[in-house]
Amino acid sequence: MQKSLPTLTQHNQSGWLFALPGFGLMMLFIVVPFVFAILFSMTNQRLISPNPTQFVGLENYQQLLSVNLLVLDPDVTATGEIKRDNRGDIRYPRIRSYTRNNPDYAHLQGMKEWFSWQWQDKKIAILASDPVFMKAIVNTLLFVLIVAPLQGALALGLALLINQRLRGINLYRAIYFMPVVVSIVVVSILWRFIYDGQNGLLNNLFHTLSFGHFTAVDWLGNPNTALGSIMVMSIWQAVGFHMVIWLSGLQTISPTLYEAAKIEGASSWQTFRYVTWPGLKNTAILVLIVITMQAFALFAQVDVMTNGGPLDSTQTIVFQAVERGYGKQDISGGSAISVVLFIMVLGISLLQRYLTREKN
Amino acid sequence: MANITQDNHRLRLIVRYTVLSLIALIFIFPLIFMLVSSFKPDYQLLADTASLRAFLPVGDISLTNYEKAFERAPIFLFMFNSLLVTAVTVLLSLFFCSMAGFSFVFLNWRGKQLAFSIILATLIVPFETIAIPMLLMVSKLPWIGLEGLTWGWLNTYRVQIVPFIADGLTIFLFTQYFKDLPRELIEAARVEGSSWWQVYWRIVMPLSGPVIATAAILKFLVMYNQYLWPIMVTQQEQYRPVLVGLQYFFQLNTAWGEVMAYLTLITLPVLAFYLVLQRAFIASIASTGVKG
Repeated sequence: MQKSLPTLTQHNQSGWLFALPGFGLMMLFIVVPFVFAILFSMTNQRLISPNPTQFVGLENYQQLLSVNLLVLDPDVTATGEIKRDNRGDIRYPRIRSYTRNNPDYAHLQGMKEWFSWQWQDKKIAILASDPVFMKAIVNTLLFVLIVAPLQGALALGLALLINQRLRGINLYRAIYFMPVVVSIVVVSILWRFIYDGQNGLLNNLFHTLSFGHFTAVDWLGNPNTALGSIMVMSIWQAVGFHMVIWLSGLQTISPTLYEAAKIEGASSWQTFRYVTWPGLKNTAILVLIVITMQAFALFAQVDVMTNGGPLDSTQTIVFQAVERGYGKQDISGGSAISVVLFIMVLGISLLQRYLTREKN
Repeated sequence: MANITQDNHRLRLIVRYTVLSLIALIFIFPLIFMLVSSFKPDYQLLADTASLRAFLPVGDISLTNYEKAFERAPIFLFMFNSLLVTAVTVLLSLFFCSMAGFSFVFLNWRGKQLAFSIILATLIVPFETIAIPMLLMVSKLPWIGLEGLTWGWLNTYRVQIVPFIADGLTIFLFTQYFKDLPRELIEAARVEGSSWWQVYWRIVMPLSGPVIATAAILKFLVMYNQYLWPIMVTQQEQYRPVLVGLQYFFQLNTAWGEVMAYLTLITLPVLAFYLVLQRAFIASIASTGVKG
């Protein structure tokens, strides 16, 4: 934008005056809190505390992110035989005996089991000082990795469908977009009726379609289906938004290219592959980035529908940040989570920049 | 021959419209369920989910849920709060962000590059990551009002407005639009002796209808649907917006009919706004993508 200035004269005073209100507010309410988040994350700041705040270095991050490996040998009897329980499973010493006041394993002090598996006759346990946060990271990444491509692709499909010349197409476009303007909180409450375990709309639909052979699933109450259910609902709510972004991309593609493809006798797949898709490169990057950022911020759906449960299967990073920073008034812990989230988002953005730069 | 192609064409049309309509059903059925259920008593609402009756206004239809909902919560107050906070934020945002955009595009000043880079960088800071430290900050900010100097912004309108006035996306939208305005107009006005303020207010802003609509609509959606922040900063009923008001309906025994009535009431303004301005809504979202 600096290339085509009307004059090369400096207008320092006017420039500052015009920019100041907006820029000042952004500094005060985005940059300053952001700097605070970094500072707080290295203290033991609480919302209300009788004790003065202390600098604790990276302790909060250690508390959040420490992960360790523990290999357990089976319990053996005096004769060297492996002990087994009633079901014939190998018995192992309790992890607690390593993580609680065990001077030989001081580095594991206070850690808890995140997950474990058996390897030959040993048990390999991954310990984390904060297994719930680890689950939150995994869930958030799963959400991003599944929702971003799926929602992007579905939105593109809808955009192609809506981009045809048909009478009344604007009505369909308006309907597909409608969930976007409804608050995600309202949407989440409505979908609780759809996902209900006993009398939910979804269970009833499957019941009818399968002529009664379908066993009802408690979609939000089952750790295996809860996160997936939230994903489906989130896609339903936001896909119209991205459909419109794709649509704007589609409309920048010159119609002469399509005519040329038609004259050459290209099939509709060929037309898409060689005319439409190359013209959508920039839009694709934008859509993917926007979805990714929104997906990382997953919060309201979880707050309304599951509260992170069942068994932490829908914990997310932002939900954890809010639960600690606000719910438990642990500002420093919540801030550390925020900084972790920011670093992840920054990483994705830098990756995107790198990928787009290479192509140019 | 002609007949066959015509039939073929008709068949294709039918298939297309069927596909389009089925997809439309997927997007609209929860909203129909919400509206229809808001007229039903609880026992019927829950029983009806077993069949298509869930989407039909049949049985014991009445406005009882609405009457009870108004008794349960000060709905007009919540609506007023939401609309006030949204309207004031949108207006101030348009003003301050367009001024900043104007400065970035038309004026040359020291530090501009750095300031603009900072604004672009804020685009990748999700609000959720700064909400916690911001909560602590606003609880200690000073304010000079009718009662003189006071400390702490919690439980006010301003705590819901001021932090959201300026944002990177709105400023970015304005700069993108201003870049394409004809420079000759502005230079001519400057030669004739107009001040920068006059250029901004009399020439640039009157030409900026589309981007103003875009920015206003996007901000409206964000502000009306605010959830996390108002929960944290409005402990007093007096300042609560509609979504926080939902808490009144989720107590020991949730009265689902009333919940549906309340959801319908708070969704109606934004849906009505959307249906009236449907083209502008969609054009506004689309424009965020055009130059990406």
